[in-house]
Amino acid sequence: MFNYYLRLALLSIRRNPILSGLMVAAIALGIGASMTTITVNYLMSSNPIPQKSEQLYYVQVDSWDPNNPAEEPNEPPDQLTWTDANNLYAAQKAERQVIMATTAAVVEPPSQDAKPFNAYIRLTTNEFFPMFDVPFLYGGHWQASADKGREQVVVLSRKSNDKIFGGENSVGRSLRLAGRQFTVVGVLESWYPAPKFYDVGTGAFDEPEDLYIPFLLKEELQLPNGGNTNCWKTPEEDSFAGFLRSECIHYQMWVELPNEQDKQAYLAFLNNYANEQKALGRFSRPLNNRLSDVMQWMENRQVVTDDARVMLWLSLMFLVVCLLNTVGLLLAKFSGKSAEIGLRRAIGASRQALFYQHLVETACIGLTGGIAGLALAYLGLLGIGSLYGSFADNLTSLDINMVLLALLLSLISSIAAGLYPTWRACSIAPASQLKSQ
Amino acid sequence: MLNMQNVTKIFRTDLVETRALSDFNLHVKEGEFVTVTGPSGSGKTTFLNIAGLLESFDDGVYDLDGQNVRHLNDTQRSRLRNEKIGFIFQSFNLIPDLDLFDNVDVPLRYRGFNSSERKRRIERCLELVGLANRMKHLPAQLSGGQQQRVAIARALAGEPRFLLADEPTGNLDSKMAHSVMQLLKDINDEGTTIVMVTHDPSLAREAKRNIFVKDGKVSDVTHITASTPEQVASISASGACHV
Repeated sequence: MFNYYLRLALLSIRRNPILSGLMVAAIALGIGASMTTITVNYLMSSNPIPQKSEQLYYVQVDSWDPNNPAEEPNEPPDQLTWTDANNLYAAQKAERQVIMATTAAVVEPPSQDAKPFNAYIRLTTNEFFPMFDVPFLYGGHWQASADKGREQVVVLSRKSNDKIFGGENSVGRSLRLAGRQFTVVGVLESWYPAPKFYDVGTGAFDEPEDLYIPFLLKEELQLPNGGNTNCWKTPEEDSFAGFLRSECIHYQMWVELPNEQDKQAYLAFLNNYANEQKALGRFSRPLNNRLSDVMQWMENRQVVTDDARVMLWLSLMFLVVCLLNTVGLLLAKFSGKSAEIGLRRAIGASRQALFYQHLVETACIGLTGGIAGLALAYLGLLGIGSLYGSFADNLTSLDINMVLLALLLSLISSIAAGLYPTWRACSIAPASQLKSQ
Repeated sequence: MLNMQNVTKIFRTDLVETRALSDFNLHVKEGEFVTVTGPSGSGKTTFLNIAGLLESFDDGVYDLDGQNVRHLNDTQRSRLRNEKIGFIFQSFNLIPDLDLFDNVDVPLRYRGFNSSERKRRIERCLELVGLANRMKHLPAQLSGGQQQRVAIARALAGEPRFLLADEPTGNLDSKMAHSVMQLLKDINDEGTTIVMVTHDPSLAREAKRNIFVKDGKVSDVTHITASTPEQVASISASGACHV
């Protein structure tokens, strides 16, 4: 009977093209608006590294002002000082650990034709790549010895490699960076974690950096700070070295801890470290050290902004309004079919059979609305992309999950909207309709 | 076949209570052709709706083909309507979007026949009413008389034992009315029981029995003498839609 109901549904839709078109438009608008915001929220809140997000922890130690917390009500600072980053990294207490920061420098490509350009750079340690499962196109990451030896090696993003070396395998080749000669040891495959969980402070949905170089080159080359820097007291010395020794926070640290036992052991290590620092006259605040896994850290940093949440609720309310309109239109449509319904009842259709028939019709309208809604959502996402620029590039794509969700949402919504009109249509007394046709 | 004893039907609103049928008694035997006449508002259509299980009643007993229908649920009543009753209406009640084939197909779909069985029955019934060559026409492309013939084909397709007709010739001119009436008589002669509501005394006289309804009660029953030999010959020659 399903095929028969489907055929009747298509006939009925064709019979009232304007009414049917209005219903499809109402559902499409609701689905389009809600899917646009749902997609943005979904991408904002998605797990960027699901295979190990519960083993990766962001490290916070409370090195802040004795009299004020870094953030209310009693949050430790969201980054580390140079001293703490280096001390904690040197201890090597986790399965893997990485410290990092951002900077910028001029890159001079080897080709005479290519112009120098300013590149965004991630200063980091060698385990950044295996720890965050960063894929390589050519070569690989540098070794721990390169970190210690402050070797001038570089890993390029695929985009940078395309720009500097025309996409060739550039491993072993040289380029000038910040006035020094660097050797390429690896080129990344396209890699766009969204959110950019390892450093949300520099834009949770920005593209990853162009180049990656050993962390200690920050000191060696006196590279400038990129991203956020916060200080609770003014550096005592007015020099680059003085800034590094200051209580200013600018560096991030992640550790990989495979299980809960490792996590507890590392937290104990952090507390011991804080107590040692207290003995040295630092860390005046009560112990307040944190380890947050990836999703906890995204939540803590409010990667999904309040604006996005409000927009989501508003769009869902808009969907409800559209569905209420659809209910009205369905009531009008089905009331126009009461003579046919009366006839079908008279010649043997049960209420249940008619209910299914009309639900199939409603579902057809809903699915058509859903497909049109997907097109509107795509346009909506393009609109957001053009409005917010590169910030929104990673938030404005419809994946298969979103497409399926849109179709499911439109199906459920339309069936929900169709329940009352269908029930009413099937409840008419057939006798009252047969004389009046 | 149809047995109503003291059937009462009351329509109620907040202010008014109307007795449409009051202690209505009627027994229709298998194979009978009964016409129901009476003034407007006398309860003819209410009787027909109750007989066709389209309306419930307040009191009394109604047995259809030996089955007490009083406490049947919606699904059971629908099945009984589909299997045992055929309806013919004054305004034909064809579905305008469906061609003749699909209009006749409607009750068969709910019966659950497979497609080849449905096709066989539809073609046979449309052939009987003389419209086999117009299966793919839409109702709007036919005259009133032809539309009523399609409605009769639809009513017969499920091989009902009982045909209910509510002024089936009311919207037709006299020539077409006569043709439709002849068709119904042919069908009756093949054994299908027919109860027909009509305003037309001349049509009422063509049945085997006429009951006169007044104030919701059967007030008079007239047994009509057998048809003329010519009529009998005509009936035997045509045959009904038994498939």
